[in-house]
Amino acid sequence: MTAVRCVDLCKTYRQGDQDVKALDHVSIEIAEGGFACLSAPSGGGKTTLLNAIGGLDKPDHGEVYIDGQRIDNLGKGELAELRLRRIGFVFQAFNLIPVLSARENVEFVMQVQGVVATERRIRSTEILEEVGLAGLENRRPAEMSGGQQQRVAVARAIVSRPALVLADEPTANLDSKTSDGLMGLFTELNRHHKTTFIIATHDQRVMAYAKRLIRMLDGRIVDDIEQHA
Amino acid sequence: MRTLAVLGLLARRNLWRNHRRTIIMLGAISVGVWAMIFMTALTQGMVNEMIKDGVSALPGHVQVHNPAYRDDPNINNLLPASDSEITQMFEGAGFKAWASRIKVPAVITSERESRGVTLLGIDPVRERGLSFVSYDDVEGRFLKDEEDSGVVIGQKLANTLETNVGKRIVLMSQDPDNDIADRGFRVVGVFHANMESFEETYVFAGKATLQKMLRVGDRVTEVVVLGDDYRDVEPVYNEVLKLVDGGVEVSRWFELNTYLGAMLKVMDGFVLIWVIVIFLALSFGLVNTLVMAVFERVREIGLMLALGMKPAHILGQIIIESMSLLIIGLAIGDLLAWATIVPLQSGIDISAVAKGMEMMGASSILYPQLRLEDVILANVVVLVLGFFASLSPAWRASRYEPIEAITKVD
Repeated sequence: MTAVRCVDLCKTYRQGDQDVKALDHVSIEIAEGGFACLSAPSGGGKTTLLNAIGGLDKPDHGEVYIDGQRIDNLGKGELAELRLRRIGFVFQAFNLIPVLSARENVEFVMQVQGVVATERRIRSTEILEEVGLAGLENRRPAEMSGGQQQRVAVARAIVSRPALVLADEPTANLDSKTSDGLMGLFTELNRHHKTTFIIATHDQRVMAYAKRLIRMLDGRIVDDIEQHA
Repeated sequence: MRTLAVLGLLARRNLWRNHRRTIIMLGAISVGVWAMIFMTALTQGMVNEMIKDGVSALPGHVQVHNPAYRDDPNINNLLPASDSEITQMFEGAGFKAWASRIKVPAVITSERESRGVTLLGIDPVRERGLSFVSYDDVEGRFLKDEEDSGVVIGQKLANTLETNVGKRIVLMSQDPDNDIADRGFRVVGVFHANMESFEETYVFAGKATLQKMLRVGDRVTEVVVLGDDYRDVEPVYNEVLKLVDGGVEVSRWFELNTYLGAMLKVMDGFVLIWVIVIFLALSFGLVNTLVMAVFERVREIGLMLALGMKPAHILGQIIIESMSLLIIGLAIGDLLAWATIVPLQSGIDISAVAKGMEMMGASSILYPQLRLEDVILANVVVLVLGFFASLSPAWRASRYEPIEAITKVD
C-alpha cells in the first residue's frame, strides 16, 4: 500500500524580484514501510517537498495523498489533526518548546492526542532511554546541547508511533556516534513497526541507511534509486 | 481535558518565563482593580451617607400624606384618618420603624431674632431610629413624650437666635381656620447634626402639644415608615399601599427627595463608567503584554501548530495566559482593596472640605462602603473586557502558518 503519493507538485517562491521554483512537477510514491532519503543541495526543494507531504505547506499545483487520503485540499484544523495522529516531525532547527522539560516535550504530542498520564510516562521514559537521554528527563532545552535537543525531538516524533515520520536534517547537530545510534533507531522502527520514514539530508552516512535514495535538483527529482541498506 | 492541562501548563510556564514583565503587569492590574474598588467604595460611602442623612432627615423610606400636602405643606392638608386610626393600621404591620407626625412651616422667635423653620410634632419614643438626631447627643435633653411642653432646636439655630437651653422662644404657625396659632415654649434641648442645614431648619416639639396648639384634634400631616434597605423600598411601599385606604398619597424616599434619587442613579452609572475607564487604561498594558508575548514566541507557536495543535488550542492558550494574569491581578487587587477599605470603614474625616460636601448633602465624615456587588462589578468588567481585549493577539497567534512561523528569523 502507498503511504505517500505526490502528483505533479509545483511550488514557486518569490525571492526579491525573482521567482524560484522550489518544486517543479514533482511526482513521487513511497510505499508503506518505506525508508527514503531526499537528497539535494541547498535550495534543491527537499524541505519544500517534505513540508508539502506533511501538510505544512500547500503546493501551487498538484496533489498530495497520505494513506490514500488527499490532503492538499484540507483545512487547517483537518491538517492539524492529520499531523497529530499520523505524522511525526523532526525539524532542522527550533524543534523544542523552550518552557517544557525534555520529558514534557516528548509527552507533548501524546498529551494533545489524549493519551493518559501513566501511559505517557511509561512511553516517554522508554523512548528517552532509547535515544540515550535517561537521566536528563527534567532538563529544559536551554540546559541541553544541540545534539541532546535533537534527540529529544526525535524521541517526540516517534514516541506516539506515527505511521509516517518526516525528518529534515535530523542528524545536522549530532556527532557521528549519536547519528549512527539515531539512524539505528529509525531503522529498527522501520523494520519492526513498518513506520515509513522520509528524511531530507545532506549526510552521506544517513543516506547509507535508506532503502531508497531520491536526489533532487532545482525542484526536480533527478534520480530515484532503490538501495540495500 | 488533557489538552486543557497542557495549555494550562504552557500558560503558567510562559507567564513565568518573563517574570519581570509578568510582575509589572500584575502590579498594574492589581493597582487598577484596587483603584476601581477603592474609589467605588469612597463614592458609594459618600452616596450612602448622603442618602442615609437624607432619609434620616425625616422622609424615612416611605411616607403617607394627604394628596395635596406635598404641593402645599400646610395644616389644612392633614391626613384623613385620625392618629389613633393610623396607629391601629400601622401597629403590628412589622415595619422596622414607623411614626406619625405633624410637620408644618412655622416662625420661631427669640427675644433677639426670628427665623422660618420646619416645625415637627413628634412622638419621641416612636421617632427614635427615624430621626437624624441622636437623643444622647443633645445638650439639655430631648423630648420625653408627645405631651412634652418643651422644644428641641439645633445648635446652629440656637446660635442664630442667640438662645439656649432653658430660655423661652415663641413658635407661630397657622391653624386650619387660617388664624395664627402661637405658643411660648421653653428650649429643653439643643441637638447636633452632621449637617448644619438640619440644625438650622428643624424644630422638634411634642406631637400632642402641637396638635393642641394648632387646634387639629387627633390629626397628623404624615406617616413615615422605615424599611431595611433604602435601595429596596418596594416591599415596604407595597405593604403600606395595602394598609392605607384611598385618598392618600404614598411616596418612596426618592420621590420625596428627587435630588437624592437622581444622585443614587448618577452615582451607580458613574461607578460603571469609572470601572470601565480604569480598565481601558489597563487594557493597553494587557494587550501590549500579550502582543509582545506572542511576537516573542512565533517560532514556538509555529512548532506547536506543526506538531498538530489546532489553531483553536493556540487561541485558547493565549486566552488562558491572559485570564490567568487577570485573575491573579484581580485577586491581589481585591485583597488590597479589602485591606485598605476595612480599616477606613470607621470613617475618614474630610472636615477640611466639609462645606463643599454639605452643599452636596454629604457629611464631613466619609464612611467607605465595600459592597459585594461593586467588587463583583469590577471583577466581571475586568474579566469580560479583558477576554475581549485578549482576543486580537490570540487570534493573530492562531492564524500563523506553521512553516512560516517556525522558520521566522528574529
